[in-house]
Amino acid sequence: MSTFDSKHAAGLHRHIHSHLPSDAALRVKALESLAVEKGLIAPETIDAWVEAYSDHIGPMRGAKVVARSWVDPAFRARLLENATEAIKEFGFEGNATGHLKAVENTATAHNMVVCTLCSCYPFSILGMSPAWYKSAAYRARAVREPRAVLAEFGVDLPEDVALRVWDSTAELRYLVLPQRPAGTEGWDEDRLAAIVTRNSMIGTERVLATGGT
Amino acid sequence: MFRPEDPLAPRDPVFEEPWQAQVLAMADSMVQAGRISASDWADALGAELARAEAAGQPDTTATYYAAALAALETLTTKATPITAEELAIRKADWTRAHERTPHGQPVRLARDAD
Repeated sequence: MSTFDSKHAAGLHRHIHSHLPSDAALRVKALESLAVEKGLIAPETIDAWVEAYSDHIGPMRGAKVVARSWVDPAFRARLLENATEAIKEFGFEGNATGHLKAVENTATAHNMVVCTLCSCYPFSILGMSPAWYKSAAYRARAVREPRAVLAEFGVDLPEDVALRVWDSTAELRYLVLPQRPAGTEGWDEDRLAAIVTRNSMIGTERVLATGGT
Repeated sequence: MFRPEDPLAPRDPVFEEPWQAQVLAMADSMVQAGRISASDWADALGAELARAEAAGQPDTTATYYAAALAALETLTTKATPITAEELAIRKADWTRAHERTPHGQPVRLARDAD
């Protein structure tokens, strides 16, 4: 083989390998194709799940729950009593959430959620968790120094406000109900839902902004 | 160091790469179908995350999903008929299939020898 040919061959080889999926992607293909062949999963279920959680299911679901809890005291009572049951009226409870518990912020109490083990999260009502929620730093520091973590998130929690940190598990996940901000009297559920942020439902935000809505 | 959410910032993509979504989709589907339990999944993922942290892996999304994939492989070979050997063979099959498929063509596994 001439020098030109061997260079050409090496270039071709690199070209081919540049189209090779990553090691992780190949391992996932191996897992998925074997799991489908053995009848453990259906390919259409996987595709539908990926599409739903990439594009459609996000924190707006939780925001609607929070907004209703602000305008409908009977719903709020049901939600605090048994959130898994209460959110069924929205039609998106999803098995993925496991058992759900709603915890309410008040003038004298603040709630914050973490999963110290891995990343348990009510994703069927909040969508995929943010990167920081999965980080080792958050999982460790949220219990060790929660007030310092809150300060970094921009929450200046007064000393006299009690802080409770809830550790999620595979069976029990949490939804924080932030306080309804002043100046939103008379707003309908949709308008209220639009100001409820993801972080406020995890408890890393406390005072919701009403400007510009 | 954490930061407040910036309402004006463009939304980050939920997944950095498609395989990351597929890992969680498979794990959740197997939990829903009762092939693995939710607690076993959380425990396996927690163990892999702890291992990555102990090994000094960076605290990133990439590390998280690598741990999730390792956890799913471990659980699958423990709790389903899929073996580690089958996974290795199938991965090699997919690698060969990608290598011999011209760019832009659908990649299929050959059922007979190359």
